[in-house]
Amino acid sequence: MKQPLVEIKDLKTYFYVKAGTVKAVDGLTLTVETGTKLGLVGESGSGKTTMALAIMRMIRPPGTIQGQILVDGVDLLKLSEEEMRKARLSKIAMIPQGAMNSLNPVARIKDQVLDGMLDHGEKFARGEEEKRVAYLLDMVGLQAKVAKMFPHELSGGMKQRVTAAIALSMHPKVLIADEPTSALDVVIQREVMEMITRLVNDLNLSMILIGHDMGLMAQTVDRLAVMYAGHIMEIGDVRDMFADPLHPYTKALINSLPVLGNRGVFHGIPGVPPSVINPPPGCPFASRCPDVIAGICESQTAPLRELRPGRWVACHLYDGEK
Amino acid sequence: MSGFLSYVRRNPALGVGIGMLLFLLLFTTLGRLFVNPLHAYPLSVMPTQPPSAQYPFGTDVQGRDLLAVMVVGTGLTLQIGAIAGAIGLSVGIVLGFVAGYSGGVLDTVITSVIDVYMSIPGFLILVLIASIFSKVDLGVTEMGLIVSIVSWAGPARAIRAQVLSMRERPFVMMSKLSGMGTFEIIMKELVPNLAPYLVMSLSQTVYGGLQASLGLEALGIGARREPTMGMTLYYVQYYSALMLGMWWWVIEPIIVIVLVLTSLVMTSFGLDEIANPRRRKTV
Amino acid sequence: MAPIVELRNVSKFFGSGPSRTVALDDMTFSVDEDFAKIVTIAGESGSGKTTILMLLLGFYDPSLGSVMYRGKDLRKLDKDDTVDFRRNVQAVFQDPFAVYNPFYKVDNLLSIPIKNFKIAKGKEESRHLMETALTRVGLRPEETLGRFPHQLSGGQRQRIAVARALILKPKILLADEPVSMVDASLRATLLKQIRDLNQELQIPILYITHDLTTSYHVSDYIIVLYHGSVMEAGNVEEVIRSPKHPYTKLLVNSIPWPDPNMLWGATAEEVKGKAAELGTHACKFANRCPHAFEPCVKEQPDLFRTNKGTQVAACFLFQGSETLAKDKLGTLFTK
Repeated sequence: MKQPLVEIKDLKTYFYVKAGTVKAVDGLTLTVETGTKLGLVGESGSGKTTMALAIMRMIRPPGTIQGQILVDGVDLLKLSEEEMRKARLSKIAMIPQGAMNSLNPVARIKDQVLDGMLDHGEKFARGEEEKRVAYLLDMVGLQAKVAKMFPHELSGGMKQRVTAAIALSMHPKVLIADEPTSALDVVIQREVMEMITRLVNDLNLSMILIGHDMGLMAQTVDRLAVMYAGHIMEIGDVRDMFADPLHPYTKALINSLPVLGNRGVFHGIPGVPPSVINPPPGCPFASRCPDVIAGICESQTAPLRELRPGRWVACHLYDGEK
Repeated sequence: MSGFLSYVRRNPALGVGIGMLLFLLLFTTLGRLFVNPLHAYPLSVMPTQPPSAQYPFGTDVQGRDLLAVMVVGTGLTLQIGAIAGAIGLSVGIVLGFVAGYSGGVLDTVITSVIDVYMSIPGFLILVLIASIFSKVDLGVTEMGLIVSIVSWAGPARAIRAQVLSMRERPFVMMSKLSGMGTFEIIMKELVPNLAPYLVMSLSQTVYGGLQASLGLEALGIGARREPTMGMTLYYVQYYSALMLGMWWWVIEPIIVIVLVLTSLVMTSFGLDEIANPRRRKTV
Repeated sequence: MAPIVELRNVSKFFGSGPSRTVALDDMTFSVDEDFAKIVTIAGESGSGKTTILMLLLGFYDPSLGSVMYRGKDLRKLDKDDTVDFRRNVQAVFQDPFAVYNPFYKVDNLLSIPIKNFKIAKGKEESRHLMETALTRVGLRPEETLGRFPHQLSGGQRQRIAVARALILKPKILLADEPVSMVDASLRATLLKQIRDLNQELQIPILYITHDLTTSYHVSDYIIVLYHGSVMEAGNVEEVIRSPKHPYTKLLVNSIPWPDPNMLWGATAEEVKGKAAELGTHACKFANRCPHAFEPCVKEQPDLFRTNKGTQVAACFLFQGSETLAKDKLGTLFTK
């Protein structure tokens, strides 16, 4: 069996602040095979964006990163600052949240697309720059004339496509997309997601799609990981997860979503997500879990175990199973 | 009180600024117990004395005890700043709120007045007005009033901008839906939110007023008979104190001025953190 | 019974001259006081749905036409009428944080309208009302009252906003994307509470959103807007299951259903290109519509009845069918 392209082992991102320790990501383990799309779904406070930043090693003090992040066999956490800088964009790229707002308002699109490549030492002959930019813009479905424009002249969807072009400009091996369509209308959202998916497939990249929209996950990814309060609760094939969710949180989450046919039926999850500052021991979902086992769930965190091939669950309900 | 102190630990600028201001206020008030205020005026003591046990701050050419001058003068200079700040801010608040909240014609009129006003160099206005009064004996209060002529425009504009942005916020809409009237909304919803900004504006206005007064006084336009810091510097210049080797007379007012202005700047920085919620550290 | 709110031939423009934006184009719509249903006003950004909200709340003035409350023009209300209007037309907004003045405790959101509208006699009764309402929306008063907005979660804050509506008992509630900034696990609960509000108080609720999945979940009827005009309207189940208007089809096809067996499928039908110069006499969707033909660029289509008369679609594909007069849009839902 081929080694997975991305292997994250026991990733911990803690922030040490005056009020205590914020355990934003608390022991995360997952893998992404080459050419596959993994969805990481979680609500606010689940730690998913922190995880994305941790993978890119963009966590600043007082945050610390522990664990292993292996991309193509190389542990990113062991690289020097300079090596990591080179790895960003060329090996692993990110479309950040609110990416449309991360474009420089006073620079032309062309310059912004070229910026990363030039910074990584790529050299272009005369006239080659325009060609390359046009190629990248075409890849994301934009016309070449966009290159001369400024960000404020573009619509939200177009800006999002530009950030995708920048992220993919050096054909990285791994693409992390953090809520790439959250501010977009539903029709544009579909177009942008389909464009990203097509590119990931064509270029045989691996993608980690981070978000809170289960619907988008269902439409886009191959495998799904569910995150809650800094912990992974369940991982599995996306069809499998929706058809047969094992973790109570996953079940409750899927149940609460509107699907054609269940109009007027509301199954919310009572309670509120816990705070991640000085978290209490035990499973973070215990206080809201309908299947909580008294005496165990509140005091012991359940380890993430592979129940079936490719199916991982962190839940005491399955302690007995092999 | 303990809450305030622990906050100050996280916001050192505010602590330092307020601390310095308090020190200066104490200096000018309690200091009067240790010196004879009358000695801050000419022909009180032996002139041109370097610092000694008898005259810790030395004396100047006209026979003023410089310790008395510093004690009294600090208070006078602060007074000018306070008057300029208070008037500037009050006018600025009224105009800023009215223009920002009402919008429409009223806003256009007020903004145009402010814009025209601000395009005229303030210092020229001040010099002009002050020289009209040059034959008159100016007191400290009059200086404060004169300087406040140019101190209202900046705050008015800045406050208007703040009010404009706040006006569109959903909580203002909610207040309307809760039956609150315009005046009530301004007083109860907008002003408390802007309070830190207004206080910061005050320290900026005081700062501006002080700068203007120092500038005027250094040119000799000011409360000539009073030992303000600006006037002291004027006389330092007039009598070429440095050439006479009277270094104490030169650095003492400068130190006081630096302390006053720095304290205002620090307070302003510190208040900016409160006024600008995004800069607040959340944990 | 008379309509509680009404838009009469309302148009709203921003800017002036040829490059002005038409946010709303000759819209007529009314809601009767005893119409105890939830109607979604759906559309993407630029559709005019937020404009309708702002007009109905009196925060915008119409450029043409008039906005009425109980038969009186909003611009001509006297002092008593205004209090009445403010009391009876309430809203829940999108951002759970921005509706609170960060300076005050969250209690303010509830206590101020109670005081201003004289809903309770004195502090004790006011407190009791607040506690009851908070409990009804699933919050614990001791954990909520006395706190500042930043000390509560988005879900809690939004629930307090719903509790406010319960206390005020308005005659109509406008909900502007009430769950879009709330976590997924809390959405269903909040939507249920909105549904309960509608059932208990028997008041009409206008649910304004771009998210068709939540509108499917919570509402009874739907009006689809595009660039300031009505494209389609009808029963929400039927419009979403079988949309007739090409624009609605495009929207429904783009819904990311949380079901890997209901994938987006073949590319949604659409002709690429922005909404170019169409002039005022054309269907707004004509230049993106794959079915556009002659009449579409000559005049705006009427509301043609479809689906045995229960739905309407502003589309010439259905010309020949009976039409519904624009100002009778409300009757579609009450038959």
